[in-house]
Amino acid sequence: MIGNLDYSTLQHIWWIIASLVGSLFIFLTFVQGGQTLLFTVPRDDDEKALIINSLGRKWELTFTTLVLFGGALFAAFPKFYATSFGGAYWVWMLILFTFIIQAVSYEYRKKPHNFLGSTTYEAFLFVNGSVGILLIGAAVGTFFTGSSFSLNDYNQVTWQTPYRGLEAAKNLFNLSLGLFLVFNARVLGAMYLINNIDHKTLTDRCRKSAWKSFLWSLPFLLYVLVNLLFMKGYALNPETGEIFLQNGKYLQNLFGNPATLALLLLGLLLVIYAVNITCLKGKNNGIWFGGIGTVLVGLAVFFLAGFNNTAFYPSSYDLQSSLTIYNASSSHYTLTAMTYVALSVPFVLAYIAYVWRQMDSKRLTIAELQSEDAEEMY
Amino acid sequence: MVEQIDLTQVNWARAQFALTAMYHWIFVPLTLGLSFLVAFFESIYVRTGNEEWKRLTKFWMTLFGINFAIGVATGIIMEFEFGTNWSNYSWMVGDIFGAPLAAEGIFAFFLETTFFAVMFFGWNRVSKGFHLFSTWMVAVGSNLSALWILVANGWMQFPTGMRFNPDTARFEMQNFWEVLFSPVAISKFTHATSSGFLLASLFVVGISCWYLLQERHQTMAKRSIIVASVFGLLSATYVGFTGDEAAYTVAQKQPMKLAAMEGLYDGQTSAPLVAVGLINSAKLPGDNQQPFAMEIKIPGLLSLLANRDPGSFVPGINDLVFGNRQQHIIGAQEKIEKGKIALELLRTYKESRKSGDQAIADASLKAFGDYQKHMGYGYLNSPSEAVPPVGITFYAFHIMVVTGAIFPLVLLLILYFQIRGNLASHRWLLYLGILCIPLGYVSQQAGWVLAEVGRQPWAIYGLLPVTVANSNLTSGTVMTTFFLFLGIFTLLLIAEISILAKQINIGPEEN
Ligand code: HDD
Ligand code: HEM
Ligand code: HEM
Repeated sequence: MIGNLDYSTLQHIWWIIASLVGSLFIFLTFVQGGQTLLFTVPRDDDEKALIINSLGRKWELTFTTLVLFGGALFAAFPKFYATSFGGAYWVWMLILFTFIIQAVSYEYRKKPHNFLGSTTYEAFLFVNGSVGILLIGAAVGTFFTGSSFSLNDYNQVTWQTPYRGLEAAKNLFNLSLGLFLVFNARVLGAMYLINNIDHKTLTDRCRKSAWKSFLWSLPFLLYVLVNLLFMKGYALNPETGEIFLQNGKYLQNLFGNPATLALLLLGLLLVIYAVNITCLKGKNNGIWFGGIGTVLVGLAVFFLAGFNNTAFYPSSYDLQSSLTIYNASSSHYTLTAMTYVALSVPFVLAYIAYVWRQMDSKRLTIAELQSEDAEEMY
Repeated sequence: MVEQIDLTQVNWARAQFALTAMYHWIFVPLTLGLSFLVAFFESIYVRTGNEEWKRLTKFWMTLFGINFAIGVATGIIMEFEFGTNWSNYSWMVGDIFGAPLAAEGIFAFFLETTFFAVMFFGWNRVSKGFHLFSTWMVAVGSNLSALWILVANGWMQFPTGMRFNPDTARFEMQNFWEVLFSPVAISKFTHATSSGFLLASLFVVGISCWYLLQERHQTMAKRSIIVASVFGLLSATYVGFTGDEAAYTVAQKQPMKLAAMEGLYDGQTSAPLVAVGLINSAKLPGDNQQPFAMEIKIPGLLSLLANRDPGSFVPGINDLVFGNRQQHIIGAQEKIEKGKIALELLRTYKESRKSGDQAIADASLKAFGDYQKHMGYGYLNSPSEAVPPVGITFYAFHIMVVTGAIFPLVLLLILYFQIRGNLASHRWLLYLGILCIPLGYVSQQAGWVLAEVGRQPWAIYGLLPVTVANSNLTSGTVMTTFFLFLGIFTLLLIAEISILAKQINIGPEEN
């Protein structure tokens, strides 16, 4: 059956898959959000250890999802991979840098003779959770605001600013999206910890923190949403393949596709519901609603950027260099082959969910951190 | 196609890629092997129910975790570096090269990371059986990740299963299975994983030898030595076989690399293998100098290794550069001429299509088909550019083979005296066991230097030279990230070694 899908269908499927991986990543940044709580929420070393160990069981999942996001884009939309990574060089390099320092920090923070001292590793975690997420948000923002690059006949990219992608963070829209993601990650992080840790005073503080981060996130969210609805968008003329600027393009995409609208509204409602039951009703399972809500909002945002004849990686410098899911994708053959590979994704998700349930059926307590198996703990 | 090439930039990009790859490869082989050793130890624990085996498992697992964390940290850079440093490459071959990278994420990394959490934190949370299963899954997962990335690397060394699309000016996949089951990919996978098993065995044996010298943790050390030296011996044998296979595939698919790794300038029948040699670094292709300042040769062995036939002809660098009519070898010189024609025809094709001149477009496309095979050579300017650095390639190969011969001997002696029960009294052997750890790392790095330097100037063998593969960056930018990575990786490596040393010094928990 997959073998018979036409090229355009496959391009759409792969945009959906990439969007799903990207949105799952944004949900999983609850790890990064949790990392930014380290300096403020816990009151003593035990509480800090609880947070680190709770996040420490999940950080690799987030990390690996980011890796898969890169791999999936490389395989399905190689022109995007080449253009964006080779062009917006500094933004990506700095993002990666914050993930390098994250990767060792859990394991090394408490080990004797760790050379840099535990505060350094905690600072690494904080940088990853703040700067890293902010830059990712800014990079995603350029899906709407565009970047200044051009491609030649052989599709080689020339970037027009010396900042190499860092200029994205100067744009208010991109910056707001980045800050929104940072605060959203903090909300999710707090909700995850509440659900995962058995320690009343700590989780109470997490509830307060979630509420504060939520309030902080609102103005940025509003700014992003309102702008999205009214900004000019990069539209594709399907007949000629030409890219042109169109007023209210994303508004049109939103209302032109009821599914996207539904995803966005449902997602936002779920996040609000999650914050409500966590912060005001004292429930523990908010993370699931908040997480699913985040995934839905993420999907809506990616769909707005990619579907309905829109350039998902537009060039504001040379409109015709903009990338669409049609001109940036792999060949028909590769997309077909990769779709077979993607059939295993539900299976992967299933075993991840199974292991997650097995591991989290009991909440983490200070007693466990002091048990005989404590040596492996972070 | 490329107006001007900024060589400093290319070289910084290379340096940066090589730096990250070499750092990554410090940690990866240990992960590949130690994951299995830990799984063996835990299986024995579950079988016997003996708590001492559990403590032993946990000890090696702790070391595994320390190594794993930094392996992951160095890996993520590599995943994106193709885009950042080699963006033209990524576009030209992303259609083929991206697929194994994505498959690696889906099939391997999630397996590895999901079960890693169980292996470390699940002792009280899941059943004994499920825990053991998880440990095995980590081992399977890490070796699967090696499979996919080596398929990708194998494809660069021997591109297959694709065709060039002149309209998009890139290569497109035609056959997934040909990419997956390419002989180069298979030989890379078997050789690289088994060398990882060997390295991990040397690591476990070496540390255990140190405990014996210190007269600490002796029971645990002896148990570890038995398991690891058996595993190491089996792996070393396998490394030899797969290494032979690797050399054979190199001879078949990358004759220039083979000539360089043996310092062979003039091809010959019944070619001898240089067992030990000192390269004459002033020697150039086509001149009259001796290739070696001094050498010891084994007659006929190279022909046997390269073609499985001691009387066969092995082409040398000169044959490959200048051609050899008798042996029907087209030299790089001729290939460059044809390649330049191919590039010119491609340009005409593109231009006439743009200007709507269909007849010229068709004609040039047709002619292009005849020259396309050598297109990659069109980017080179002189035939000597087709020759990789001979010295580095030669020494890298010989270091690897010599150490590869030492390891099984040392392991065999250690196992023998261990079984006889008097290993601790042979202190020289214990020291030798410790020395094998750094040697193991040296041969690992040498293997990759051979594989990667030996394929210069190509990013994709015969198709795309490195100079054309790069991104449009200034050398200052790439240089900055080079030093950024050098700094952070070195810092983290120091931290890792310091933590590792401390943990080894603490040793396993004893009751
Ligand atoms: C403990 C490490 C180790 C040891 C003892 C050996 N190798 Fe090796 N070798 C590697 C570790 C390695 C490696 C790092 O894993 C490489 C790099 C690329 C690859 O696929 O494997 C490699 C590559 C490699 C290549 C290049 C393949 C290519 O360029 O595509 C050849 C020809 C050999 N090996 C041959 C041998 C022979 C004949 C050995 C004799 C016993 C040997 N190796 C021992
Ligand atoms: C399987 C994984 C690997 C892939 C796909 C890969 C691919 C590449 C690429 C794309 C380049 C840049 C282009 C070039 O200079 O040829 C490169 C260069 C290089 N790589 Fe690898 N590499 C891999 C693993 C390694 C490892 C593990 C090492 C060393 C331990 C290594 C050593 C080098 C070196 C030394 C260079 C620079 C060679 C030169 O410029 O002379 N590679 N490799
Ligand atoms: C250019 C080539 C390479 C790329 C792009 C790459 C990419 C990566 C990435 C992204 C990770 C982190 C995965 C995670 O999230 O857990 C990683 C780890 C790993 N990679 Fe690589 N890798 C390369 C070369 C290799 C090679 C040649 C091998 C083996 C033959 C290998 C084996 C592994 C293993 C076993 C890990 C697990 C962590 C560890 O190192 O201990 N990689 N790699």
